[in-house]
Amino acid sequence: MTVYLPIAELSVNIFIILGMGAAVGFLSGMFGVGGGFLITPLLIFYNIPPVVAVATGANQVVASSISGAITHFRRGTLDIKLGTVLLVGGLAGATVGVWVFSWLRRLGQLDLFISLLYVVLLSTIGALMLQESVRAMRRAKNSESAPLKRPGQHNWVHRLPLKMRFKKSKIYLSAIPVVALGFAIGVLTSIMGVGGGFIMVPAMIYLLRIPTNVVVGTSLFQIIFVTAYTTMVQAATNYSVDIVLATILMVAGVIGAQYGVRVGQKLRGEQLRALLALLVLAVGIRLAVGLVLTPDDIYSVAVGGLSY
Amino acid sequence: MRRLLSSLVVFVSLISPAAAQVPFGEASTVKEGLEIGASTSEIAIASDFQGADLTIFGALTNADELFLAIGQYDVVVTLEGPKDYATVRRKERVLGIWMNTQSMTFEQVPESYSLASTRQIESIDEAPSLNNIGVGIDHLPLNPVGYIPNSGLIGEFRDAYRRLKLSNGLYQRDTNGVRFVSSSLFRASLRLPANIPDGMHMVRAYLFKSGALIAQKEMPLRVVKTGLEQAITDAAHQRPFAYGLICVLIAVITGWGASLIFRKD
Repeated sequence: MTVYLPIAELSVNIFIILGMGAAVGFLSGMFGVGGGFLITPLLIFYNIPPVVAVATGANQVVASSISGAITHFRRGTLDIKLGTVLLVGGLAGATVGVWVFSWLRRLGQLDLFISLLYVVLLSTIGALMLQESVRAMRRAKNSESAPLKRPGQHNWVHRLPLKMRFKKSKIYLSAIPVVALGFAIGVLTSIMGVGGGFIMVPAMIYLLRIPTNVVVGTSLFQIIFVTAYTTMVQAATNYSVDIVLATILMVAGVIGAQYGVRVGQKLRGEQLRALLALLVLAVGIRLAVGLVLTPDDIYSVAVGGLSY
Repeated sequence: MRRLLSSLVVFVSLISPAAAQVPFGEASTVKEGLEIGASTSEIAIASDFQGADLTIFGALTNADELFLAIGQYDVVVTLEGPKDYATVRRKERVLGIWMNTQSMTFEQVPESYSLASTRQIESIDEAPSLNNIGVGIDHLPLNPVGYIPNSGLIGEFRDAYRRLKLSNGLYQRDTNGVRFVSSSLFRASLRLPANIPDGMHMVRAYLFKSGALIAQKEMPLRVVKTGLEQAITDAAHQRPFAYGLICVLIAVITGWGASLIFRKD
């Protein structure tokens, strides 16, 4: 059964889109990630124009982050004050990101830029995660204990001015690195259609030394608003959010996520991380191959005013 | 639902024998005419439209029987879509990666172009005069915006533009698309591609006599897309803010709903 996507302007098989949404939802539930960094490349592989894939991916992340954020809010592992400071940076970043997005689109370099950014980010993060999880597995095999982290240890980040007290996180931290992190993630959200949790969570733990228990809930809180804002801005400036595609992906995604969570609880952490790392690397490599292979046609046509 | 566009019947102003109309002694100077007309000036296309054929009937008036008999009249019928700028980009390998390096924007070219003719148009008339009147896919005026010093480059980009438009079906030609059903009555079958743009299209008919253009007629045809998908496209472009808000709302409802339904107690 095919369904016509009015904004992407092509007909797709609804079951492939449902399957894609469910699979990514399953993985996002299993690994506790938003799934935007998987859905956008998959849509691009399925010939959805990157412009639409990115904007629709951001919309899909809104849905997948909400249920997670609600769970964390109930458990009390969500620092709203910290999330709001992150959000200030995030909204500014998303605004700049959409502007860069439109500019690259006019130049005709948007598709390339999105792919390059994905290749760089996915391969870096995939490699780091794989290295970390292999090390953890080796340690578990040799039954060594993990080296102790000292959360109280201060680095340069903690010497910055404009300090604020975040009660729920029990930290006293400068607002500057928090806003800057939010800004960087906001830019990525609007250019790549990701929530950015896979970068924000490690940055909050290792760079800002925020206690692990509030990190995921707080990042999800920020992601909801930044992705919602990005969806609105993309819809208003690039007309590139496909509501039909987004709805199919979201419905399949949230259902898949529920089953993913159950499977995820049965697997061991480091094995899970190694699997995710391999997946991230595979997507990155597939995109890299697409950049290097000779295209079917070196010419392309874009219709619509000079502003396209 | 496939709309039967071929039922779009066209009225024909029937011809009284040329000799009867023509004042005595002036038969040879009477100019041939061309008539086309449609029963509708608007075509509604549903969202699952897979493309269709549009049939247009027409007639030659005051045709010379002798020229008709030896097949010296040729008819070309085109359907031109709305015009817009079109940018062609070319990729090149830079540091191992394929990227768009050169681009050329053509002024106001039809987004879609479908042509039917009695025979290969290049054998009807010579290329320079076809270029002059802009009839035929290879003869449409493709003028680049701005100054391009390398004229060889313009040719390459023009060829690429035509090739891409033909391959995605927006440009089509059928050199047997126009058939004479009687000595002066003809029927033209134009292909409407599935991805036909909506807006004001123009049906143009050209009559050639021994390779020279002698008459021309045009008729506007509005293509309107209908259905839910079109309503969505319109909303996305005309009320983008409300559209974005609805997208976000759907996401909120889906996410929230899932957390309510699957809540583990």
